[in-house]
Amino acid sequence: MLRIRALRKSFGDHVVLDGIDLDVARGEVVCLIGASGSGKSTLLRCIDMLEETDDGDIHLGDLELTDPAIDQNRARARIAMVFQAFNLFPHMTVMQNLTLGPRRVKQVPHREAEARARELLARVGLEAKAYAYPDSLSGGQQQRVALIRAVAMDPELLLLDEVTSALDPLLVTEVLDVIRELAREGRTIVMATHEMDFARECADRIVFLSGGRIIESGPPEQVFTAPRDQRTAQFLARHTARR
Amino acid sequence: MTTLPGSSPPPPSARQRERNAYRRRRTVRRVVVGTVSSLVVLGLAAWVITSAPGWPRVREVYFSGHHARESFPAIWDAFWLNVRLFMTVELIVLPLALAVAVIRVVPAPAMAPFKFIAAVYTDVFRGIPTILVVMLVGFGFPALGLAGVPTSLFWLGAIALTLSYGAYVAEVIRAGILSIHPTQWAAGRALGLTYGQTLVRVILPQAIRNVTPPLMNDFVSLQKDTALVSTIGLVEALRAAQVYQANTFNVTSMCVAALFFIIVTIPLARFTDWLTIRSMRRQGGL
Repeated sequence: MLRIRALRKSFGDHVVLDGIDLDVARGEVVCLIGASGSGKSTLLRCIDMLEETDDGDIHLGDLELTDPAIDQNRARARIAMVFQAFNLFPHMTVMQNLTLGPRRVKQVPHREAEARARELLARVGLEAKAYAYPDSLSGGQQQRVALIRAVAMDPELLLLDEVTSALDPLLVTEVLDVIRELAREGRTIVMATHEMDFARECADRIVFLSGGRIIESGPPEQVFTAPRDQRTAQFLARHTARR
Repeated sequence: MTTLPGSSPPPPSARQRERNAYRRRRTVRRVVVGTVSSLVVLGLAAWVITSAPGWPRVREVYFSGHHARESFPAIWDAFWLNVRLFMTVELIVLPLALAVAVIRVVPAPAMAPFKFIAAVYTDVFRGIPTILVVMLVGFGFPALGLAGVPTSLFWLGAIALTLSYGAYVAEVIRAGILSIHPTQWAAGRALGLTYGQTLVRVILPQAIRNVTPPLMNDFVSLQKDTALVSTIGLVEALRAAQVYQANTFNVTSMCVAALFFIIVTIPLARFTDWLTIRSMRRQGGL
């Protein structure tokens, strides 16, 4: 469904993505792992057309996302992205945050959008917060709202950019629980994460990036227990020893 | 925090009653100290001023009750002109400034000529002293003899103040737009909103809220600058006071005019405080 070929991106002289090839099938959950600065976030931002790419193609189904002439707004309605810093709209209530996209982009009637939002809030245990403002919620609650704000758009592809990195450890679990459930529903998810246990448990495939390249890609058991590349082994040794 | 229906909270412990009593005593003490020190400071200031050798003369020339009553009706009538003027200008300035600010921010290539005009407009009118704009418009526009250009002094004054304050307010709003973190743009676009929808629904509401205090400050400043239209011959509060002063050689009328300006700015200042606190409270900051 998502097909990336020879993708390149640099910021000035700094090469961030150095020829990325990646295929993601419908319903697949792909976890991008790698040190900070390895290009995980940039890759996700390129897929969501938030960054202009230097070379290579990205296709979503039959749509070429790297074509500068495409209607980005229509393409983005098929992709949803959740950010590390939640990025909820602080001047809107939770309910307004959840219904803005469906109402304004998908022209869903007000009442229908609210009913759907309520349903999603119930699923993440936040029905009581429908009319609260984001700043009065905890980080974990805010990120759960951000996740269902993305889901409310019924995207074909969900991009999660280190969604638990800004949370303290106790709150990470509640957010991961939501992602786990979304994965079980058969959603297509590409997520950058530092949560190795979660990646091992929930991913269909692990992709290890270093220096803007995909060093290794494979099923979690294989990557975690028998990494083929030295760099993967070193990275995993450092990141699993800490726990 | 909340109690279950039907259950009442237990009575406070003896220690808690002591604490409450202490807090009450402390409150009383604070009120007393505040009141006494205010009276002492203000009394002292009043005594220093009134005991000065020139005070009786100053009181007669600046604060004469008789002249205040005599000049009041004329200034009151003239002040309505100031009120109508700043109300009109505020209503026109907001959409004008918003448009200028948005044009300067939006990257659409079709906007290029307008961006240029908007930039020149803000640079020019922020650079010219308001009193000069009032004179140039007030005397220059009618001289043009262009069809459709208003000839009433009121509208010439309104146009001059709008031009001047539009440039200031546009810059304040633009600063507000630029103060919103780029991640909010990313979040709006990632949700599938268009550039315009993101601007209108996500960025502008936050931007305007952030700049409400400086915006209100500009409006306070505008209320005072309505006095500048006296230079093109409009009889507003300041001019009315001057007329009275010229006839009586007493400056009290000026103080009366000053009082009018102070009285209209105070509600605006309190309103700004209230707006700020409300938005803080809404967003859980208080």
